[in-house]
Amino acid sequence: MKEKTIIPVGPYHPLQEEPELFKLYCDGEIVTDIEWETGYNHRGIEKINESKTFEQVFFVVERICGICSTSHPYAYANAMEEIAQVKVPDRAKYIRTIVAELERIHSHLLWVGLAGHFIGYNTVFMWAWKYREPILDLFEIITGNRNSYAMFKIGGVRRDIEEKDYSTILKILDRVKPKAEMLMKAVIDDPVIHLRTKGVGILTKQDILDYCSVGPTARASGVDIDIRRDDPYGAYPLVNWKVIVVPEGDVFAKAVVRFLEIFESISIIEQCVEKLRKESQSQIDVKVKEIPEGNGAGRAEAPRGEVFHYVIADGSNSPARHKIRAPSYVNVATFKKSCVGQTITDATLALAAVDPCYCCTERMAHVYDSRTRQRLLDGRALIQLSQQRTQALKKNLSGKNT
Amino acid sequence: MDTQEFIDFMKFKFKHNVLRAYLRYRNRVLIDLEKDALVKVATFLFKELNFRFIIATGLDNVKDLEITYHFSNDQTGLVANVRVRIPRKKPEVESLTPLFVAADWIEREMHELLGINFLNHPNMRSLLSGDNWGEGEYPYRKPIRE
Repeated sequence: MKEKTIIPVGPYHPLQEEPELFKLYCDGEIVTDIEWETGYNHRGIEKINESKTFEQVFFVVERICGICSTSHPYAYANAMEEIAQVKVPDRAKYIRTIVAELERIHSHLLWVGLAGHFIGYNTVFMWAWKYREPILDLFEIITGNRNSYAMFKIGGVRRDIEEKDYSTILKILDRVKPKAEMLMKAVIDDPVIHLRTKGVGILTKQDILDYCSVGPTARASGVDIDIRRDDPYGAYPLVNWKVIVVPEGDVFAKAVVRFLEIFESISIIEQCVEKLRKESQSQIDVKVKEIPEGNGAGRAEAPRGEVFHYVIADGSNSPARHKIRAPSYVNVATFKKSCVGQTITDATLALAAVDPCYCCTERMAHVYDSRTRQRLLDGRALIQLSQQRTQALKKNLSGKNT
Repeated sequence: MDTQEFIDFMKFKFKHNVLRAYLRYRNRVLIDLEKDALVKVATFLFKELNFRFIIATGLDNVKDLEITYHFSNDQTGLVANVRVRIPRKKPEVESLTPLFVAADWIEREMHELLGINFLNHPNMRSLLSGDNWGEGEYPYRKPIRE
């Protein structure tokens, strides 16, 4: 029998910010099979939510992932509003859409930067992240935070966008737009990037349908799906925009889709700000007294693809069951198609091309004794341990100071 | 096909297997199904009507275990929730992974968290934990007083 070489990538790897183990089975330099292991980062969020009130769940789900910290609350709000049969005021819809689209811009720029970093092109990395910075400033102006925005609530939003901020938003977007265009041209015309990304990690339309993939991963393979248009929510039916679809299916196509989506997002935000300016009503939420028994399915198009939240309410003030599906959960599985047959260097780029988010995919932690199979530590014990450690450190420090 | 037509069609096509099918909210249909007909209905939805598999929700509702499979029709924005109930004493159901790869992870996860066995699943390893998982311990099962 011929021997196979296994090259492990992860679980802790300098190129990956989050732990995940990929085993690349190689024949020479060519990847012949791939296996992956998850679970290094699971936080039990679905279970935690069962002990939170419906309002508190917003703050938990926006911490599932630092980059999708609007998409998860958006999908959850859609699910809850389906159960409570609430009609959100138009002003709240525009504000929600502005925040969601800003998130798409910052997430796509982040991906472009990381992709540049992965192929050793650190100028792209630095540029993309430089132009992402003003977008984060905008978040701070609108929501008060650069991350974890806490904007959503059942029936509307928590904060209004003030009139004086309209021009600031438009001005910053005006500044970002030519920079993003310049960056796109630089990336798309670059012969080195062509060589590294064209024809690499190809996913066909049939692959996408088989793996039920979503988001830019699907749209870069010619599959025309986008929840914003297919199952309209927020202000998307009220403004003009188009779904970007590219047929090639390689890493380059994924970059093109993400770049073009940045400009669509800028246009959506500009239209929403104009609508807000003209909007006569000032209501940003409706009061929801109680959540009836029922179940709701909420969806939102995150930068990486469709986020799905399914909430079962039993008449109490917290979810009886809350199922969360992030886009990476279905996109990561496509590695079996995109990496096999590639060289190792191309395979790692194909891994990054779907913009995998392990935080989104995993949600639990536990410690067992491997010999006796006894549970040693649960979540509460881990928190106690960390508190004891902090106290011991404090004590130590104060002892030194005196 | 609009939503009401879809409900009528499913009731007609699988009349012996569909226990209940109704419009839950705008654009969302709930279909209660007999466990044995799951593969037949899922194949029809996926292959003939081009529904996309989103995810499945496993739940312990104390009386029995239940799984809701969520399918999306991207042409109309319809979400179909196909629900099957599984007896606690024999927690088994046919796997959908041979039909579409997207079911692989979630079936492994439900096996791990709820103790449901998926028959004919090609690779029933645990997804989230290592090999040191407590045997017979299912975190999403609810405690039952005898």
